[in-house]
Amino acid sequence: MVPLSYYLLLSGILFVCGVLGFLIKRNIITIFMSIELMLNGVNLSFVAFAAHWHALSGQVFVFFVMVVAAAEAAVGLAIIIAVYRTRETLNVDRVNLLKL
Amino acid sequence: MFHLILFLFFGAICVAGAVNLLVQSHPINSALSLIAVMASLAAEYLLLGAEFVAAVQVIVYAGAIMVLFVITIMLLNAGKEERTKGSRVAILIGVPGVLIGGVLVAWTLLHRSDMQSVPIGALRGDPRAIARLLFHQFLLPFEVTSVLILIAIMGAVVLASPPGAVARGPRKDEG
Repeated sequence: MVPLSYYLLLSGILFVCGVLGFLIKRNIITIFMSIELMLNGVNLSFVAFAAHWHALSGQVFVFFVMVVAAAEAAVGLAIIIAVYRTRETLNVDRVNLLKL
Repeated sequence: MFHLILFLFFGAICVAGAVNLLVQSHPINSALSLIAVMASLAAEYLLLGAEFVAAVQVIVYAGAIMVLFVITIMLLNAGKEERTKGSRVAILIGVPGVLIGGVLVAWTLLHRSDMQSVPIGALRGDPRAIARLLFHQFLLPFEVTSVLILIAIMGAVVLASPPGAVARGPRKDEG
């Protein structure tokens, strides 16, 4: 028996690590991976609450989050490739114009 | 007791991987530690009884999405990240703010007394039950996400192809 708050705490720790990586990292790919880490933290709390309330719809929403994450990864990595092609850098401090 | 030991073991791997993602300066090391986080999260899902979610987590997240990341890192030949003025400002403002927020959330969670314990395998999320829910109650969102992923694939192809390649169409000598 594990208290529900432990699961929520783990998900909170993962989310905080994701926010921290989003703020302090300068590499655009690592920033993107921090977003994935945040989505994973949210997924864990979805599954934990589904088990707590005996409602399976919480697990169904994890799939929707995964689909959004997959779409976001595909489009985002394509944008990163397009940015790298014109700027030749992955540092977000050097990417300060929307214009290609 | 056994449940708690398993939870702490995989939770420790999760947190270690997440911290390693922040500490490493080369993106490929961050990607590998993110894979470790996702694999141990799948084990946590199994402890909660969500077996189908755990399988999909390994196949889709740790498999497909992270392969996309690793391929992009190797394609762009990403090296060590360089430290600039903006990163020092971000560390100075970001770290204290995030730590205060995290401590507040943890304090609130641990001081709620009405949180019950979750037994091992509390809610069996087998594929049959999930499919019944997904194709009856959530049929419209399911179809909308399929349209979303189609649009995302087309957008990725348009964005990642070289400038002018999509408008020009296939080359004559190939057909």
